[in-house]
Amino acid sequence: MTTPQILYRDEPAVTDTAIPLAEFTAGTNSAAVRIEPGEDVRALLPLLDQLRLVEVNFPSFGDGRGFSSAQILREAGYKGELRAVGDVLVDQFVFLRRCGFDSFAPNRPLDPDDVKAAEGFFPEFYQKTSDGVAAIWAKRHQVAS
Amino acid sequence: MYQYDQYDQAMVDARVAEFRDQVRRRLDGSLPEEEFRHLRLKNGLYLQLHAYMLRVAIPYGTLNSKQMHMLAHIARKYDKGYGHFTTRQNIQYNWIKLEDAPDILAELATVEMHAIQTSGNCIRNISSDQFAGAAADEIADPRPWAELLRQWSTFHPEFQLLPRKFKIAVIASPSDRAAMRLHDIGIELVKNDAGVLGAKFFAGGGMGRTPMIAPMIREWVPAEELISYAEACLRVYNRHGRRDNKYKARIKILVHEIGADEYRRQVEEEFAHMKTLGLDPPAAELERISAFFRDPPFEQGLSDDIDRSDPDFAVWVDQNTHPHRVPGYTSLTISLKPAGGIPGDATAEQIDLMAELARDYAFDELRVTHAQNIVLAHVRKADLYAIWQKLDDAGLATANLDLIGDMIACPGLDYCSLANARSIPVAQKISERFADTGRQRELGELKLKISGCINACGHHHAGHIGILGVDKKGLENYQLLLGGSGAEDVSLARIVGPGFDEDGIVNAVETVTNVYLGAREPGERFVDTYRRIGMQPFKEALYG
Ligand code: SF4
Repeated sequence: MTTPQILYRDEPAVTDTAIPLAEFTAGTNSAAVRIEPGEDVRALLPLLDQLRLVEVNFPSFGDGRGFSSAQILREAGYKGELRAVGDVLVDQFVFLRRCGFDSFAPNRPLDPDDVKAAEGFFPEFYQKTSDGVAAIWAKRHQVAS
Repeated sequence: MYQYDQYDQAMVDARVAEFRDQVRRRLDGSLPEEEFRHLRLKNGLYLQLHAYMLRVAIPYGTLNSKQMHMLAHIARKYDKGYGHFTTRQNIQYNWIKLEDAPDILAELATVEMHAIQTSGNCIRNISSDQFAGAAADEIADPRPWAELLRQWSTFHPEFQLLPRKFKIAVIASPSDRAAMRLHDIGIELVKNDAGVLGAKFFAGGGMGRTPMIAPMIREWVPAEELISYAEACLRVYNRHGRRDNKYKARIKILVHEIGADEYRRQVEEEFAHMKTLGLDPPAAELERISAFFRDPPFEQGLSDDIDRSDPDFAVWVDQNTHPHRVPGYTSLTISLKPAGGIPGDATAEQIDLMAELARDYAFDELRVTHAQNIVLAHVRKADLYAIWQKLDDAGLATANLDLIGDMIACPGLDYCSLANARSIPVAQKISERFADTGRQRELGELKLKISGCINACGHHHAGHIGILGVDKKGLENYQLLLGGSGAEDVSLARIVGPGFDEDGIVNAVETVTNVYLGAREPGERFVDTYRRIGMQPFKEALYG
């Protein structure tokens, strides 16, 4: 079980132990699963209602597949806790947030001051993602994004 | 030219602040080099053999005189008084101190410039045709589309840690002056039967150790779905591109291994999903951007006549100008390839002069070309002589565009820590050997490209003549390749045979040009003759 160091959710962190994807899709009543970089997160889409926690593992920070995994889950309407675990660095923080992560359990705890600074670095964003923040183009043209 | 609004400016300013903080943490030791590495790379800062190198983005190669003056200022204040224009239409400084880097970025931000994503495994600077908006043969100006993609790719949260770097080129004419199909994604703007502009997508091209020509993956992407489709292409790559081997991580390997059809199928599936997410800006955004690229106030009814009484000037005009779509105007290429010089290098004084000429004669606009030259895209033919005289005084009037002297060379072992061999001295020796303009013109169009190692930053696969530096038992050795092209007749060059030492490769280049002169038929360029007669005659002449 991992415990998040940082959580952006109204409800408390899910404490269930996340089980591997293969175990989860084989049939289980668990509500928590862990995704590894090479795994196809779309296998979870039929089972989203059952899930309260998805952990996306980053064995090394340079492997960006977890960003797509998170986006796919959020785009499909997953509302549960989405936790980044492993080699999670403060400098990816904003990007992880934008991809839908709302829970962070890094191997090495992040410096809270650095996290605070990172949260505020980008005043605006060019792209629309599932996080609901208005893209720059939406503000320019006063349209919904 | 595009101008920042408050949003664009805020993004660039934010990046300066963020990077200043990262450098502070690096210098005080709280950020280890291994983690700092990919952060500095995303700000274009490489650690080279002797110092840091900073690469500054010049989106689609276009800049104004104020920005150009800033590049000169940075060369003077923070480097050794010169800059190096690159094959990605950017500029690099080779002698940068880490602690100066945040200040440089801050100075750049004052003129709407940055080094965002000029390196690292993310979407790099978008490149385009250096004659965009001017060329007689274009169907539209590709730069508004490139700008739309620039904004989309800047700090894209999902694509910051791709398997490998990712390069996109956008063109809009049948002549390919940007090596479009040798990019990870190449986009050619086309018009449908109704006269509407759309994008034809190619994916999986590239140079490096496994050169590939990008196959076409979609005939037509409507403007209003451009971002969704690009996003789909990138997501498939981010998820399925190889990460087990750095040398197999580019999208070309994915497309090659699963096949263009399968890649296309996966992208289509993702695209169908993307279209439901509302990721595309409204049409008004492309219109807003396009407004910045409207024609400058061209004078109407100008004469196309040029006084050719000065023979040196006449040669330069014939060689270094390109047809413009407005009568009386031309697009002028300033060669950064003087005989014996370092291809792409310019001194701060030369950069300032080019900026002044742009301001006085070219509607305040310059372009950097992927062949490492500078273009003034809209020049009155009547002003050419005055411009030429000023360029000539500054050593910038070399009349060799597209000739053998107009070669591309990567930094090689003089700067680059990955190099096997030096590129620059070879380039200098060849350019001296062929210094005589008459001799170069006799050889005609001849694209010579030199890389100091298999990573192919000097595009040797795309050279009519390519040179590749290799390491042969600890000695620098050079392989000769023939028959490549990065233009619309795209092809990959092939290795001729055993390599040569430094002097040997210079002689070998001369030998193959002699074979060409002996065998050519009227109107044939070097590469045409090679394609007709094949490798054998060249081989025989080289190895007997
Ligand atoms: S081709 Fe090789 S030597 Fe030349 S710049 Fe690229 S990595 Fe360095």
